[in-house]
Amino acid sequence: MTTIFRAKRIITMNPSRPEATHVAVRDGRILGAGALPELEGWGPYDLDERLADKVLTPGFVEGHSHASEGAMWRFTYCGFLDRMDPGGKVWPGACSIDAVVERLKEADAKLEAGKPLSGWGLDPIYYENSRRMTRADLDRVSTTRPIGIIHASGHILQVNSKALEMAGMLRTGINHPGVPLDAEGLPLGELKGPDAMTPVSPLVGLDRGLLATDEWGLRQFARLCVRTGVTTATDLANLLEDEAVDMMLRVSGEETFPLRLVSLRVFRNTTVAGLIDHAVRLKKRSTDRLRLGIVKIVADGSIQGFSARLKWPGYYNGAPNGLWYVPPEHLREAFRLALDAGVQIHTHTNGDEATELVLDCIEDALRKYPTPDHRFTLQHCQLADAAQYRRMRKLGMCVNLFPNHHYHWGDQHYALTVGPERAERMNPCATALANGVPMAIHSDAPVTPLGPLFTAWCAVNRRTQSGRVLGEAEKISVADALRTITLGAAYTLKLDGEIGSIETGKRADFAVLEDDPTTIAPENLKDVRVWGTVHGGKVYPAAEA
Amino acid sequence: MVSQHEAPIPVTVVGGYLGAGKTTLVNNLLRAAAGRRLAVLVNEFGALPIDADLIEAQDDRMIAITGGCICCSYGSDLVAALIDMGRRTPKPDQILVETSGVALPGGVASALSIVAGLRLDAVLVLADAETVRERAEDRYTADTITRQLADADIVVLNKTDLLSNEARAERLAWMQTVAPQARILPTSQARVPADVLLLDGPGPVRGTVAATHAHHHVHDAGLHASEAFAIVDTVDADRLARELIDRVAGLVRAKGFVATRAGPVALQIVGRRPVIEPAPETIGTKGRLVVICVGSPVDRATVEAAIAAAR
Repeated sequence: MTTIFRAKRIITMNPSRPEATHVAVRDGRILGAGALPELEGWGPYDLDERLADKVLTPGFVEGHSHASEGAMWRFTYCGFLDRMDPGGKVWPGACSIDAVVERLKEADAKLEAGKPLSGWGLDPIYYENSRRMTRADLDRVSTTRPIGIIHASGHILQVNSKALEMAGMLRTGINHPGVPLDAEGLPLGELKGPDAMTPVSPLVGLDRGLLATDEWGLRQFARLCVRTGVTTATDLANLLEDEAVDMMLRVSGEETFPLRLVSLRVFRNTTVAGLIDHAVRLKKRSTDRLRLGIVKIVADGSIQGFSARLKWPGYYNGAPNGLWYVPPEHLREAFRLALDAGVQIHTHTNGDEATELVLDCIEDALRKYPTPDHRFTLQHCQLADAAQYRRMRKLGMCVNLFPNHHYHWGDQHYALTVGPERAERMNPCATALANGVPMAIHSDAPVTPLGPLFTAWCAVNRRTQSGRVLGEAEKISVADALRTITLGAAYTLKLDGEIGSIETGKRADFAVLEDDPTTIAPENLKDVRVWGTVHGGKVYPAAEA
Repeated sequence: MVSQHEAPIPVTVVGGYLGAGKTTLVNNLLRAAAGRRLAVLVNEFGALPIDADLIEAQDDRMIAITGGCICCSYGSDLVAALIDMGRRTPKPDQILVETSGVALPGGVASALSIVAGLRLDAVLVLADAETVRERAEDRYTADTITRQLADADIVVLNKTDLLSNEARAERLAWMQTVAPQARILPTSQARVPADVLLLDGPGPVRGTVAATHAHHHVHDAGLHASEAFAIVDTVDADRLARELIDRVAGLVRAKGFVATRAGPVALQIVGRRPVIEPAPETIGTKGRLVVICVGSPVDRATVEAAIAAAR
């Protein structure tokens, strides 16, 4: 059965036929895009007029997100910026500590006794005078119920006195850089890093392990994808234990699941050989809507956490260099084994020294196992310099940059972490394209909100929250940005033969837009309204998601 | 959770880069456990790196070892593993944490304070004498290596048997400049006298120490000796620690109780780091101190002079 959709305008990303008014779909795939008479040759069809006044683009591809964004909406949103939940409700930002406390009081009143109160998205860097929150603030919400709020970065947990007491941490004698203390030597309530968070996380309902197998969360994530025009999204760091894979296969296999999920096996709790072996086994379980078999390795930490590995001269504020998250020897081994086994690796590198190490390791592995088209991808790769892009090109690598950082933390990078010059070259999209390095851009949701059009806006405008333009020369055009959030991201996942453009043979995945992103002013790109998606030929209006 | 009044479990952090000999050292200590219930936490995965003849039973994450010891893998969650160890019955007498090859042992040591009922005993960092200088000059690992060594109470300079005498002397001199805060023990096959690292049960030291508890023998780490001293007067504990650290050649460890004007204290020296804590009143005024030296005998006269200087 053939369906032909009529649209106001179809932006195809197919250079030989960049625009169309109709697209014909059969069995979830595209027969062709063009004018109606051209498509009628495919035989009998139903004409679907529901999208007649909409603009279609290829479904957006989010190349670096985490399905846990969905599960986060179980918890109370405490972020500074407005954020849309999976049901489409926009939660206004909580602009002060008092506002956060008020919002938590409302949640506390609705919650049954004995249950922990959990929040997420806190970002005190924005508060007046950057005042940090303390346990006294959260004690105003409750002294009898444990409360925890995970910060936007995901690396800090904010807790009340009750939570500390239950964890045996409301005492003196703790001497750890991740546990700031008050004048009496008791923890202030901010717990930084996994060591400090571990004893308290499960007590406040924020156990990391539970999020991975959260079926409700996966469904919420898919709803958010519909609302943001995303038809393929990555879940970039999952242990992919059997139980989680079973759940993901079951849910994504449902007739009306509106998303293709690409879930990467993160390097944790195994050896390098065990990791590659697991990826090979996972690949065999792949389905259309659940793609498995890619590996994610985290090489260093974050720039704003001063745990990224930077080349000389290091951090602008003089902080010591960050840490390796895996030994360089293990990285070298991983790339060799991966090439030998035909496994793709995406590597998190934030600092330019981490990027350099990965380039060295890949060059070494390629000498031993020459492999065309491996598409090893650097994730974040925020500080890479031009010479590193020239190497990436020669080594056949892809990059997935993080322009949202400019808006969310660009001012802090300028003033504190890497200083003005390097802040301007962070996430250099124009350099990547000029050097011919295949590129994606991402949100890292839930770190920043899922929304490829917003990410595209960040890459096009490079504006910080204070309004500063960070790196005029690294801005890219709207056309390049749109290609990047569709075909660009698909290429990094080796899916560009199936998705990323609207042309014969590809999956019938579309973003359905109310406004035309190519005619709206570039500074308003983020305001393009998303009506919903088409996934595998099925229409998913956001209003019903 | 461990209740406050119980003696905290001492924890030894065993750090050092890949291939430095951490696993060999841990196996050596398990062989020397002599009835102590040691809990070993390792960062490795796959086959846990315990010598097969020591294994009594095992599953994916835990090995039971002959003599009541255990070994388990902690992956990315050391603190959770430490909490589990503190809850075990019977409690381990001592915990050994083998860090990942790129971890900073000082960071691991500070994580111990997050878990109630534990105390740091010593930070031991191993170095492969053959390759450590090269690694300390490598563009990617240099600062990791030097920061690891700077965290050590005791540096075990391992595999010195692979070096010529000149190279060994050069490596030792270099190590003294990189880790001036630490005592350095040259050795091979990661052999370190067990009583340098293993304590004699829960708590820093038992209430009584055999008055004449001295033995000498020769092994890879050089001459190793342990001697006990009675201290009858009150002393300035800080001064005593300082004098011992400065004067006594080869001192790697001292432990005991001494009387001070402010009351009895437990005094420990690990490497060159003194730890002085209040002790139970029952100690009275009869101080005891055990001094352990490696590489030279315990020079009684020097120790007595240090005690006299601290009176």
